[in-house]
Amino acid sequence: MKLIFERSRPGRGNDILPPLDVPAAPLPEEYRRKAPPRLPEIGESDLSRHYQALSRRAFGVCDGFYPLGSCTMKYNPKLGEEMASLPGFTGIHPLQPIQTILGCQKVITQAEYLLCEVTGMDAMTFQPAAGAHGEFTGLLLIKAYHHSRGDTGRTVILVPDSAHGTNPASAAMAGFTVKNIPSTPEGLVDLEALKAACGPDTAGLMLTNPNTVGLFERDILDITAIVHEAGGLVYYDGANLNAIMGVARPGDMGFDVCHLNLHKTFATPHGGGGPGSGPVGVKEFLIPFLPGSALGGYGGEQSIGQVRAFHANFLVVVRALAYLLRLGNAGIAEAAHTAVLNANYLKQKLEEAGYTAAFPGLCMHEFVLTLEGLKKETGVSALDAAKAMLDAGIHPPTMYFPLIVHEALMFEPTETETPDTLDEAAAVLAEILRRAKENPEALHAAPVTTVIGRPDETAAARRPVVRYAFPEG
Amino acid sequence: MNIPDELRYTKSHEWLKEEDGIYTVGLTDFAQHALGDIVFVNLPQEGDPLTAGEALGDVESVKAVSDVISPVSGVVKAVNEELLDNPALVNEDPYGAWLVQVEEVSDEEELLDAAAYEAHCAGEEG
Repeated sequence: MKLIFERSRPGRGNDILPPLDVPAAPLPEEYRRKAPPRLPEIGESDLSRHYQALSRRAFGVCDGFYPLGSCTMKYNPKLGEEMASLPGFTGIHPLQPIQTILGCQKVITQAEYLLCEVTGMDAMTFQPAAGAHGEFTGLLLIKAYHHSRGDTGRTVILVPDSAHGTNPASAAMAGFTVKNIPSTPEGLVDLEALKAACGPDTAGLMLTNPNTVGLFERDILDITAIVHEAGGLVYYDGANLNAIMGVARPGDMGFDVCHLNLHKTFATPHGGGGPGSGPVGVKEFLIPFLPGSALGGYGGEQSIGQVRAFHANFLVVVRALAYLLRLGNAGIAEAAHTAVLNANYLKQKLEEAGYTAAFPGLCMHEFVLTLEGLKKETGVSALDAAKAMLDAGIHPPTMYFPLIVHEALMFEPTETETPDTLDEAAAVLAEILRRAKENPEALHAAPVTTVIGRPDETAAARRPVVRYAFPEG
Repeated sequence: MNIPDELRYTKSHEWLKEEDGIYTVGLTDFAQHALGDIVFVNLPQEGDPLTAGEALGDVESVKAVSDVISPVSGVVKAVNEELLDNPALVNEDPYGAWLVQVEEVSDEEELLDAAAYEAHCAGEEG
């Protein structure tokens, strides 16, 4: 397939950009570029074909089953798109006086009220642009709280060894030192190890519940009590809220701060790089530290300051609000129940087919298989199985994560899949297992039906080409 | 799997060689195999203090980023800068591609000899 630069011809163009309707403001000479940027010059018909061709090579939830564990690739109702394209929302200017965008303010206020109800928090900021940004913001809030009390020796954030990589990364970005808490063989937080790790240097603990291997931390009240007793705060990573929304609330479990991924749990599109939205909810005692914004309020003397310009990713909040209002209390809980039911149904089917779950018993909204045994027996790895799923038109599950499970495949079917889809996926995976035992070589060669089979991941990481090489240099 | 007799090992798959008070640290053959193709190595700087049992740096493979745990407490005498440009050396020659050399060593983690390390690896493979 040609790159858009290769389709470019000098002098071609189109008129799909709107005409300039404000006075042109020339840049000062010293900021002006010496040569024009080498943008592709292309007519509208070629442009449409180019992106249409790209979209045919992409795979989204509207193309097929997408059980990418930990990512909650649920179907996003078109209602959200309809609401987010209302001109009253799309036509506003970032610097418009607040009294002229009261409708937008109402969206934020309503979303805050509803999401505080869902999480058991007292207030929420909608500034963070996505989950990791939410984590970073939440950690700055924790730091501001400790510092406001003159408690400056709390420099350590505790993170379970099964955590998402963003947790330790966000903690390091916020200036903390990270300490890992080992998991028990059952995949849960080791309470004794947690007690031993807590002390006067503990700023807080970051945790998802259900945790990263899809299990509910049944000792959660003890966990939050242990950290609170040591003077730390407890941060809820909302990555896995889909399993418990409308049923159990992080605030009631003892969490002090939490972020949500609206782009996962609350059905706004993601997977193509965004935009996301990672609002951060807090208990009342942390409200003084929240960032302030024109639409969302808050701010003040003790605020950590704005973490994002203007109204952040506002249209994502519009979509999430549409989802919340459409589902209502009962619908939100039903979504969580069905997400858990679907995961257990698929897990059971795959175990019956001969796959091995990494942890026994019921799971929450996702589960982890280990293909370690299969790899030893046949040489077929988790990667081979995932590649073979592509040939069946299924997006593979998350691979080689969490790190504590070898040859891991992590499935999260979500609530928006029918039993028929789950049955079909189980049949595909049963067939892959059969082929692995009969003809492992064929699986090493999969996929055979996709445009790209096995990209050279090592070369891509070691010698990435991220810039188009113009023929004229 | 290659486990040289003359080296000592950690349970977290680093090897350690002592020569005239200089301790050289690298990743074992088992580690490079389990990690897969290594694409980036993050090392400390000369003069940095190290603590036994804590991360001295990390290695990134196409699968994941993993901490490298220091087998000793001491001060970094030298780092293998060749690895920064060519991390593949760890895969090609794990016992030649050392990561750091440590001096002023004051403490050691629990270390295994080759036989005990081989048994430990067999256990991890299950």
